[in-house]
Amino acid sequence: MENLLYIALFAPLVGSIFAAFFANYPKKLITGLFTSAMLGLSMIASLVLLSWVITGNVVHVRMLDWIVIGNLNVPFGFVVDQVSATMMVVVTIVSTMVHIHSIGYMDSDKSFNRFFSYLSAFVFSMMILVMSDNFAGLFIGWEGVGLCSWLLIGFWYHKEDKPLVKDLYNSPFSTLSPHSSISPAFAANEAFITNRVADLAMLVGMFLIYWNLGSLQYDEVFANISSLNTSTVVAIAIFLFIGAMGKSAQFPFNQWLANAMEGPTPVSALIHAATMVTAGVYLVIRANEIYTVVPEVGAFIAGLGAFVAMFAASQALVATNMKKIIAFSTLSQLGYMFVAAGLGAYWVALFHLATHAFFKSVLFLGAGNVMHAMNDEINIKKMGGLYKHMPRTGLIMILASIALAGIFPFAGFFSKDLILEVAFGSGSYIIWSVLWITAGLTAFYSFRLIMYVFFGKEKYHEYGYHPHETYGFVIAAMAPLAILSIVAGWTQAGFTNMVTSILPPLNVHVDNATLWMLIIVTTAIVLVGIGFAVFKHKKDEAYFGEALKNRFCYKLLANQYYMPLFFEKVVLKPYLAISRFSWKEIDLKIVDTIVDAIAKTIYTTGNESRVMQTRNLSTALRWMAFGLLVLLILAILLVSNN
Amino acid sequence: MMLNDYLILSSILFCIGLIGVIRRKNLLMLFFASEIMLNAVNVGLAAISKFHGDLDGQMFAFFIIAVAASEVAIGLGLLIMTYKRKNSLSLDNLQSMGG
Amino acid sequence: MEIVAFYLFAFLTIAMFCTTVLTNNALYALSSLAAGMIFISAFYFLLDAEFLGVVQIVVYTGAVMALYAFGMMFFDTIAEVKEDIKNPRLVFILSGGIALLIVVILTAPIVSNNILVSHPISMEYGNNVKEVGIVLFTKYLVPFELAAVMLLVAMIGGVILAGKKMDISITQMSEDEIDKLSSSADITKDKK
Repeated sequence: MENLLYIALFAPLVGSIFAAFFANYPKKLITGLFTSAMLGLSMIASLVLLSWVITGNVVHVRMLDWIVIGNLNVPFGFVVDQVSATMMVVVTIVSTMVHIHSIGYMDSDKSFNRFFSYLSAFVFSMMILVMSDNFAGLFIGWEGVGLCSWLLIGFWYHKEDKPLVKDLYNSPFSTLSPHSSISPAFAANEAFITNRVADLAMLVGMFLIYWNLGSLQYDEVFANISSLNTSTVVAIAIFLFIGAMGKSAQFPFNQWLANAMEGPTPVSALIHAATMVTAGVYLVIRANEIYTVVPEVGAFIAGLGAFVAMFAASQALVATNMKKIIAFSTLSQLGYMFVAAGLGAYWVALFHLATHAFFKSVLFLGAGNVMHAMNDEINIKKMGGLYKHMPRTGLIMILASIALAGIFPFAGFFSKDLILEVAFGSGSYIIWSVLWITAGLTAFYSFRLIMYVFFGKEKYHEYGYHPHETYGFVIAAMAPLAILSIVAGWTQAGFTNMVTSILPPLNVHVDNATLWMLIIVTTAIVLVGIGFAVFKHKKDEAYFGEALKNRFCYKLLANQYYMPLFFEKVVLKPYLAISRFSWKEIDLKIVDTIVDAIAKTIYTTGNESRVMQTRNLSTALRWMAFGLLVLLILAILLVSNN
Repeated sequence: MMLNDYLILSSILFCIGLIGVIRRKNLLMLFFASEIMLNAVNVGLAAISKFHGDLDGQMFAFFIIAVAASEVAIGLGLLIMTYKRKNSLSLDNLQSMGG
Repeated sequence: MEIVAFYLFAFLTIAMFCTTVLTNNALYALSSLAAGMIFISAFYFLLDAEFLGVVQIVVYTGAVMALYAFGMMFFDTIAEVKEDIKNPRLVFILSGGIALLIVVILTAPIVSNNILVSHPISMEYGNNVKEVGIVLFTKYLVPFELAAVMLLVAMIGGVILAGKKMDISITQMSEDEIDKLSSSADITKDKK
């Protein structure tokens, strides 16, 4: 069993290193095939481990001693328990399908080999993150995924910055423009720096844990956490959550997720749908024993999650940038997961994480196919009627959208309704109503996307695009994910059984009548949303009339609540001014002057002392006598001091 | 006589020699002054040797005399060669090693 | 009695050496140096170091002064020595300072009363020459031999430095060649 663990962990690394050898060569198909094969191997190993874990066994290895200094003992250890096994399976399945899809998507890109190397390195870091058995290993994986995400978002780093115009349809800050951000390099830096700022808080949390408990191993920490006083535990919980906020793009760290759409679409599918952004949720789930001790922090998490869900869904209503719509939808569903985790229903959050990974990643992959067919066009209003040209992609995307909206019997229904039930049953009616409205909005904008892209008039002819379906093997890669997004919900009973041996079981009980009412009400609003989307499109081919477009609320949503503008003006510009000041005034004038002064002093004294070196013997003798005089004076002084 | 007196005499003679060495520009005169310094040291050593009942001082002085004699021989030989080349004995003409 | 002798000879020695150092006339300098040497040997006799005193007279006054005298003859320096001394004040300040300081050090009670000797050699013979002989050939045998070698080397060095035409060895040539040498020397002399 340990061998399977090591295979699952290190196979992506082997693939990544193999592809790295070819990084500077033109496209070699073998890199794509080899890395996909390695990931397939990892996926099979994870599935076998899952089947082993279902029967109640846990695999725990300690690979190496890493830091052994004094009292600090941090090993490289890995554990495969029920939570890890779930995450491993989700990550490897999605990653394998994304790799195969990328072979088709990136086939005309000249940095083909480099892409696969980065992608596999990312999967390796994510595996370290979910399989580690202590906080330090988690942090290594955390940083690794941050780094690989930076590399991948900025994959096309040679694209230059777009100017910051105010025009609503061209500004890089607006969701109506063809640009997702100022440039891929800018988006990558933004993602990485935001993550780093949040990681500082996570490090503080880890230091607090180590300081108070003396160990970073999960089992030791969780066993002793209730022995600390409450304010310490609250502090630890808050700091760890801030770290999770950075990774999972909760407000106010949410800017980077929408801008990360500058990267290639398979990257968005893997990282920003299924794996990296769920790392924050994984952290909260893993540290559930800390959060159960301090339920007030959990309440804050749930409130923040609900806010983010509504915040993101509202921005997706008016956007025309296809990938941004899907990104906002991811952000919104992350809010759902944090609501579940905050209210104490950790296994529900994990369940929603798994189902969401499947349907969201296949949505992104489908969007990638559409973009590839339309020559990288991203504005949904310039497409239309693609269903006849790309029936299979269209079908898969429609299925995924139904799952996202949460219609029975697709996967989204089971996980989303569970969350709504938890919210209602624990008495937080405000959170329930926010989530309920958001469910309706989610259904609406998902189907708005489908209608604009696949049905209606074919507006792309005037732009000269010739859409065609993508390769067969790409569709074959997307198919398992689509099937999973249908059937994953049916495993709920088995999943609950497996996972509640580690995570706390659900402690809200809603009686049957209320349960059925909740389900009916939720399904009703979802159907209203879908219906509005479909029928308004058939009638008008547009949703918001011209009069609405000039109103303030439309502009507010289109400019993403002016948040990017706020960051640019209030955070970035002053910081740049401070940096420039520090460089010019402090660094150049003060520090450099001091260092130069030291050198200049030595040089000048040397230059002045040259006079001593005449060629004259008499002068030399005089200097000798002078030295003798000085030594005698010193001798007298030293002796008289004694 | 006290030891102090001999030592003070020795130091005064040493400083006279020092004045000569620093002041003189003629190489031959320089040699004279260095002889004075050597003799001053000899007197000092002999005085200490007498007042502590030790013969080491006198031995040291004896060897200094031997060394001084051979130094004079070699020094004069080198002086002759320098004089043949430059035809002058002034110290200021010896400045060929620049700094 | 001893005090008188000490002060007399001290005064004379200082006067002689001052003359050596300060005069412009080379002949005066040489003569006063020689006289100074003799007076120094008087000190040695006062200090019961008879052997050293005699050695001083023989080696210094006899040999070294003679060498200097021959050197002066060679260099044509009987005439007044023109010396151009820059900044005489500096010289006197430096030397005066050093002298003052040394005197101060030596009169300071700390130094003068605390000079101790480790492993003194004191003999009970009362005869300085005999004592010196014994010590020289037992304790100081190796430096003695080395000094002898050094003197040999100095002598050879002196000869080589000052000699002319050292590449021909007359003792190894036959009579004819020696005649040729002298005749060629005569021819060159006539040409001049």
